[in-house]
This record gives sequence, C-alpha cells and structure tokens, in this order.
Amino acid sequence: MRLLEATALQIKQKILSKQIRASELIGQVFNRIKTVDPTIQSFLSLNEDNALKVAKEIDRKIENNEKVGLLAGIPVAIKDNLCTKGLSTTCASQILKNFVPPYDAFVVKRLKEEDAIIIGKTNLDEFAMGSSTENSSYQITRNPWNVACVPGGSSGGSAAAVAANITPMSLGSDTGGSVRQPAALCGIVGVKPTYGRVSRYGLIAFGSSLDQVGTMTKDVMDATLLLQVIAGKDPKDSTSVQEPVPDYLQGIENNINGLRIGIPKEYFTEGMHTDVHKALKDALCIYEKLGAKIIEVSLPHTEYAVAVYYIVANAEASSNLSRYDGVRYGFRSTNAKGVIDMYCRTRAKGFGNEVKRRIMLGNYALSSGYYDAYYLKASRVRNLIKKDFDATFERVDCIVGPTSPVPAFKIGERASNPLEMYLSDIYTIPANLAGIPGISIPCGFSKDGLPVGLQILARHFDEKKMLHVAYAFERETDYHLKRAVV
Amino acid sequence: MKYEVVVGLETHTELATVTKLFCGCSTKFGADPNTQVCPVCLGMPGVLPVMNKKAFDYAMKSAAVLNCKIDIFTNFDRKSYYYPDLPKNYQISQNYHNLGVDGYMDIVVNGSVKRVRIHNVHLEEEAGKLIHPETPGADYSLVDFNRAGVPLLEIVSYPDMRNVDEVDSYMQTLRKILLYTEVSDCKMQEGSLRFEASISLREKGVETLGNRVEIKNLNSMKSVIKAIEYEAIRQAELLDRGETIDRETRLWDEINEKSARMRSKEEAQDYRYFPEPDLLPVRIDDLWLSTIKASIPELPFARKQRFVEVFKLSEYDANLLIEDKVLADYFEDCVRALNRPKILCNWITNDLLREVKDRKLDINHLKINAVQLASLVEIVEKGTINNATAKEVFAEMIQTGKDPQKIVEEKGLIQISDEGMIGSVIDKVISGNPGVIDDYKKGKKNALAFLVGQVMKETKGKANPKMVNELLKEKLGV
Amino acid sequence: MKISDNDIRYVAHLSRISLTENEEALFVHQLSDILSYIEKLNKLNTENVEPLVYTTNAFNVFREDVLEKSISIDDAQSCAPSIMGVFFKVPKVIE
Repeated sequence: MRLLEATALQIKQKILSKQIRASELIGQVFNRIKTVDPTIQSFLSLNEDNALKVAKEIDRKIENNEKVGLLAGIPVAIKDNLCTKGLSTTCASQILKNFVPPYDAFVVKRLKEEDAIIIGKTNLDEFAMGSSTENSSYQITRNPWNVACVPGGSSGGSAAAVAANITPMSLGSDTGGSVRQPAALCGIVGVKPTYGRVSRYGLIAFGSSLDQVGTMTKDVMDATLLLQVIAGKDPKDSTSVQEPVPDYLQGIENNINGLRIGIPKEYFTEGMHTDVHKALKDALCIYEKLGAKIIEVSLPHTEYAVAVYYIVANAEASSNLSRYDGVRYGFRSTNAKGVIDMYCRTRAKGFGNEVKRRIMLGNYALSSGYYDAYYLKASRVRNLIKKDFDATFERVDCIVGPTSPVPAFKIGERASNPLEMYLSDIYTIPANLAGIPGISIPCGFSKDGLPVGLQILARHFDEKKMLHVAYAFERETDYHLKRAVV
Repeated sequence: MKYEVVVGLETHTELATVTKLFCGCSTKFGADPNTQVCPVCLGMPGVLPVMNKKAFDYAMKSAAVLNCKIDIFTNFDRKSYYYPDLPKNYQISQNYHNLGVDGYMDIVVNGSVKRVRIHNVHLEEEAGKLIHPETPGADYSLVDFNRAGVPLLEIVSYPDMRNVDEVDSYMQTLRKILLYTEVSDCKMQEGSLRFEASISLREKGVETLGNRVEIKNLNSMKSVIKAIEYEAIRQAELLDRGETIDRETRLWDEINEKSARMRSKEEAQDYRYFPEPDLLPVRIDDLWLSTIKASIPELPFARKQRFVEVFKLSEYDANLLIEDKVLADYFEDCVRALNRPKILCNWITNDLLREVKDRKLDINHLKINAVQLASLVEIVEKGTINNATAKEVFAEMIQTGKDPQKIVEEKGLIQISDEGMIGSVIDKVISGNPGVIDDYKKGKKNALAFLVGQVMKETKGKANPKMVNELLKEKLGV
Repeated sequence: MKISDNDIRYVAHLSRISLTENEEALFVHQLSDILSYIEKLNKLNTENVEPLVYTTNAFNVFREDVLEKSISIDDAQSCAPSIMGVFFKVPKVIE
C-alpha cells in the first residue's frame, strides 16, 4: 500500500518505529500536491519550508529517543478559516486576501503541541457559507472521486485533501454540516463535536452559537485520535466547557449488543436519492446483524430546521462579519469619499454574492420591527427542535440517517439557486441547532461510484458513544478502505 | 417660564479594573497610542470575549448601591453600528436583561431630599478613540484602540429632574457614591466619567412628555448645566413660535456655548440588539448578591448624618469631611486614636486641607498618618506645647512625616509651664515697659495683650499662654 | 414574501454594502424567495416556548482581573491597510 493512502495511525506507527522519516514523508506529501492538486485545487496556500523544518525536528527527537507528541510526524491540512500564526488566512475571501494573523487558533496550537505537521491551508466556501466550496473567491475544488463533481462544502478543500490521499488528516469547521456533508461526498470520516467541546478561539466566526471545529480523517480511529487532541476547555473561549474529556479510545472495540438506534421517520422524504436510500438500508441491516435494535422515532420539527438555520446563522453572521471594514486589517477600497463610502465599497468589492446575501438576510431578520417575527421566532422553533432530540434520546442511544440527501452533484448544478443549495443541509443542520455531536462515515457508493455517507448523532458530550457506534460499522465493512484514484 | 423643563441623565463611567472587560490588556490612562491592545480588543478575526469578574462585581455593586432590582439571570447583547473607533462594529452591551433596573438615588437640593428614579444600570465595553487632525481640510482621521474594551458602566435615569440645581446635585451625588464604592476614579477630565443629558419641555400642568433632545459632548459638570440652560431657552423659543421639537441628538459646542444638530449619526439608529452568543449567561445567586451588598461602604449622606449626630460636628464641617471618602476615613482613624472629634475636625478642615491645597499634596499619600495627628492634638491637650507651637510642629510633620514628639524634642519646643520661670520673665517685662503699665492702669485694653505678647516673645513663644495671662494679671494687681 | 426595493436599500445600508442596480434587482428576487420559504415557521405556535440561544447549560464563565501581555504595535498594525505612525488611519467621518 502506498504510504499516502495509509491512515494517520499507520503513518505514525511507521515514523515511531523509524521505518520512515517524517521529512521523507513530508517530501512525498508536497510531491503529491504538485502532482494532483493542480486538478483537485484543495489548497489555497502551502507551508512547505516550515513543514520540512518541523519534520526534521521531529526526526531529530525520534533519533534521540526523545518524547514526541500524540500526532508526531502526521501531516495535517487546515481549513483556511482557522487562524494560523504567520500563515495566510483568507476564509477564501478577497476581503482577507493579505491577512496573516499574529496568533494561532487554539486547535492549531494543540496540533503543534502534539508535533503534527501543518501542510497548508485548504479551500472553502467563502466564510464557510455554502455546501459545495463553489463560493470560494479563489478557486473551485474538485471531488477526487469524480473531478466534475463538487467535494461538498464548506470544508471542501479539507475533505478533498484527505480523499485525494495528500494528507491523512485535516481540520474543518461545521456550522450547518460543513464537515459532515463534504466528508460524506468525499467518502471519508467527518466529526462535528458537541457545541462547546472544542474551542472556537481562532476559528473565524460564521454562526457563533452553531460553529464547531471538526475533524476529517480516513477512518474512525484517526478521528478519535484527532478529537482527543483538540477537545477540552480553553480559557479564551467562554463557550468551551469544563466537561472533562474522556478517553475516547477506551472500550471502542466493545460490541454493540442491545444498542438502541433511532431512525427518524421524517428523514425519508422525496428528496432522498435512491442510492442514498439503499446504502442507508444496507447499513441498518449491518447494525441489526451486530445486535443493535432499530427503533422508529420522530423528530417532528425536522422540516423547519433549514428555515430556523437560515435566520439564526445569518443573523449571527451579519454581525460577525461587520468587523471586515478595511480599518484594521484586510482589503480596503481606495478612492472612497469619507469612511462610510469606504466601508460600502470595501465590502461590496471584498465579499462574494453568497456572503452578501446572507449578511443582508441576517440584518433583515434582526432589524427594527422584524426581530420578533424572525430572529425570536426562529429561536423558539430552535428550542422545539432541541426538545425533539432530548425526547428521542430518552428512548434511543443514537440517531442514524443519511448525511446528505444526494451524492456529490456536478459543479455548477446548484450554484444559481441558493435555496436549493440550502436544502442539501437538511439532515445535518438540526445537530448544530441542538448542539449535539454528529459523525459521517462512508457507508457505500452510488451507481456512479460516488461515496455515500451515514450520519450518527448522539447526546451532548456523548462523543464516546457516537465513535463507538461508528467504529462498530467500520470494523464490519470496508468502505473506509477504498481510495479515490486521482 | 410657562414651560416645565424635564431632564434625564445618562451617565457612563469607566470601571476601575486593572484590565479590560474582555481581555487582559491594561486600562491605564495616558499610555502611548495602540500599546494596550491585543487581537481581542482589536476585533481581529476569530477572537472571542471572556468576561472580567471584577468588572462584573463592580457593576453589580453599582446596581445595588443605586437600589436597583437585580434579577437572578442576566446576559449580554450585541449593539450593532458602524464607526471607526468600534473594532467589531458592534458593541457588547446589555439591552434585554439589564443588570439592574428600577432603582433610585436620593439627592439633596436646597435642604430637601428628592428621589430620582434610575431606569437601568448595565455593563458594556468602551470604544476606542477617534482623533481628528488639526490641519484644516484633512481628509482623514486617526484611531487609537487603547480605550477599546475598557469596562463601562451605564446608568440611565428617568427624566425626573426639573431644574439645574437638581441636575447638579444628581451629578455630584452620583459621583460621590461611585467614588465611595470605589468602582471608578470618576475623573471627568480623563473621560472616566461622562454625562449626556436629555431635555424636553412641556407646558406646566401637562402630563405627557415633550419630544426629548439628547445632548452629547459634555466634558464637565459645568457644561452639562450650561447646555441644559441653553437648550431650555432654545426649545422654549421654538415652542413659542409654534414650532415643534423633533426628537434628535445634538452636540454641545463648548467654545461657542451652543448646541448643534448632529446629522448622520441621528437617523434613528437601528441597533439590531440580539443575545451575545459568545458570552454565556450569568446567574446571580443570593450568596453572591449578599456578598456584594455587604461590601458597600457607608454612603456619603449616611456618613454625614452620623458625623453630625454622633460626633456633633456642624453640617458644614461634616459635608467637608465626607466630600472625599479618603478624608472621611482619615478623620475617623484620628478619632479612633483620640476621641476629640471636634478638635480633630478643625485640624483637618483648616490646617490639613490648607496645606494640601497650598503644597498641592495628594490626599491619598499624606506623610502625616491619623495616629500622628491625634498624637499632636493630645500633646497640646496635655499642655506639653501650646497651640501656636502646634502649628509650627504640624507644618514640619506634613513635610517630613516625623512624629510630633520627636519634632518637639529636636527643636526644644516644650511649653514652659514653670510658674517661677514665667514669673521672672513677667517681672522683666513689667519693669521694662513702665509706660504700658500706666496705659493698662488707665484701662487701655490692648495693653495687657501687648504685655502678654512681650512675654511670649521673650520665651520664644513657648510660654503657656493661659498661665502668662493669669500670672500677669496677678502681678498687676487685678 | 416579496421585499421591496426600499427594503433592499435599507438592508444594504445596514450592511454597509453598496449595490449596483442589477445587484439590487437580483437580491430582491433571491431574498424574497428565501423569506417566502422561511414563512413556514409561522405555521407553528410558539407562544409558550422559550427562545434557545445557548445550547450548553454552563453559565458564569469569567476571568480574573489580571494583566496579560498586549501585542506589539508592529503586530497590531501588521495587516493594517493604512497607518500614520502609531495610529490606524481612516478616511474622515463625514457628518
């Protein structure tokens, strides 16, 4: 098996046992980027010199039998909405074209502490707003399984980098499904932690009450390792919780006899693609074979989730993005007459259409006279959605369904209809609204050979259960072993 | 005037914490521009706020001292507007669940007590400073973000004031209370205390409020008074002419002493308040609230009353002492050391305050401590030195911080109370001033004083004046 | 639900984004579509439902009033589009 098709754990094992040097591995990574990324376009910027330096240092430590971190020598790609000190961070927007943060995001700091090697910054929908990565103002990323198709979004670059076997691990962000949906479309594992499980410090905010940094890996074991590293309380993020981080690996191989799996009846809508439906049914059979009980449940407010999301997320976004004004950093329009004109021109030129749409929608929902009818109303329905989950988790241990109603669609297919694009998030959005964790794991392929993802949702802070249930499926199947050929 | 003037005040005060509200940058006044900043207070991408506990405690204390209702639950809201000195283009403030509501503050105006109701007290962050260059026709402004993120307390009163005396009393009282509770240093000249006035007029007897005009840019308490007086006249003139007053915001022009309309900032701002998702709610339990309430010191009015009733000081003197909490504390420390409140009060209000003024001393860092002052009063009482000498000793004490006993010893200032010694000096003076003796026998009143003066001169001021008087009278045969 | 041209202009102003006439027309159309979709929320009776903003049960998260290092002026201004000495420079505020 080629080295870059290996999982992070396999790579780490080879490095620790001195079968391969980190610097060699990094060399291979960057060669692969030169070979496949002109097609895939997953990276916006690269960290080659620095990565090599770090790799050499890790080699030195290993030579001298010094202690090394949990991710020693593992290459990791970072979604370009996570701040990396000294490295360009653009959010795939023109408005942050030359922004180089003087600080690291908490999760980036954790990666460095555990000796991971940061390869570069990956492409995304501008400011994480989108489900296909087509909203990037720099480039379009292609799905390694079929380069005419989208990789999903908004963490499309991070998903493609892993699926294209450039790097075994990447970090993404998930506000309405932006880690889980691209993971599903690219045939990899994507985890959205419980809200507050992972620090958001340094994650450029989109929907503050919804955002979480997520992991993107080839399999569940790698996801477990990466989550273990980035989870935990950060004093710089008031919303990150004190809840202790359990040992996620412990007991992950136990059987799942008697596990109660809930299948929401509202998920079986017309929009679900036949291949997705089939893969889901097959997956449920496997779970039954493993001893789980499949129970039909109801999440009656599911159909309102997208509407709630598009008010709440955009309201928060309209405010979070108001700081991009050309005053202290980022792009500034010249030839302005006075500062207000400067703001208006800067933001008109610096933001793409999807971003403008969402900012205006958000401001509309918060504006005088509309706050009660839109924002407050949406917040109440959000509560109903959360209560649906609370009630359901009294009867089941986890909830299973498809991650995306469709496999990867063609580039350009949905781009001109914003509303249609929004509806592809129907299964992922509720978890963000309720704050519960979710994972997408590969569970099959469409007739066209495009990956299909299975989503598992668990209670707040029950990532352990979620990973356990995910691993049980993975162990029984080989979808996670398939590799795209680019 | 046929109109009643209705005034409400909005007060902003910077809380006296070491660090800003949401980050660990210093709040110190006067630092070089943009040296007390970090990614958080600069509003850089990806940063998050974390609340300063002390700032919150101070805000709670202020709400409590203003008799507000403090709910169990409070949280923060984002207030959105664009301005170059506001890094995130929203201010983290409170709107839906203010920390304190429906409070009041009693003020004294011309001897009687009036209650001014407080609408709310809430906590928010300061903006930075926008500096307009002096060169005429400059097409730019400069921004300093040192102040951005400093904790700010906002106190909004109901429009309960009816004249400038009430407004003045409100400002003075509020300032004293904030100083007493030590939540702010209240230095208007440094911007740590600011007032905005809202004024409306209505015909006497009418119940409904007229449209209010908000006045900003009031840099001193005097400006507030002047602005209100100006506005009252301006609005009255408009109303007399049959015109209506629009709800607007005006800027006070200190130099020309008039108010002018603010244009762009006043299109009723749509602040789009919504709950701040980056800050979790605050739950205030009984224990926390009672701890805060217990930390509130005796307030100025109550303290003044106690000084009058218990220490039997005059209203005037009591008011002087409570003007500055440090001074009042000093006085009480003195009284604890020596129970002579009236005498100590005199020393403090006359001599100490005069020296502080003349020598431009800082009342927080006096070289004479309370025990030493009490000591000085004690040795005068004992007769070790007389009053005149005491003044001399005091002057030395305030410069050097030496104990009075030491100074008396070093300078040999002990009062002469030896009858024999005084007697012989008196004899000397009598024999040397026959003419004055004649004057005295003729009934000239000044003569005695002159002779006493001579004795004091002979003894270099150290003779016990009472004794000198008595002995002199004896010897002159009165 | 159709939003008016005035609405779009108002909201664009709140957002401090200048729009061309074509953009105004495009956004009026697209935003109206989305808002129409969102109308479905009105089918639900939420009279006795509390709004949900915070999905964690945590509260009272504070930090101590302790000084932390500020960043240097160089770092603070490192990405600034326009500076003048130690200040950030902006076009003037036209009142």
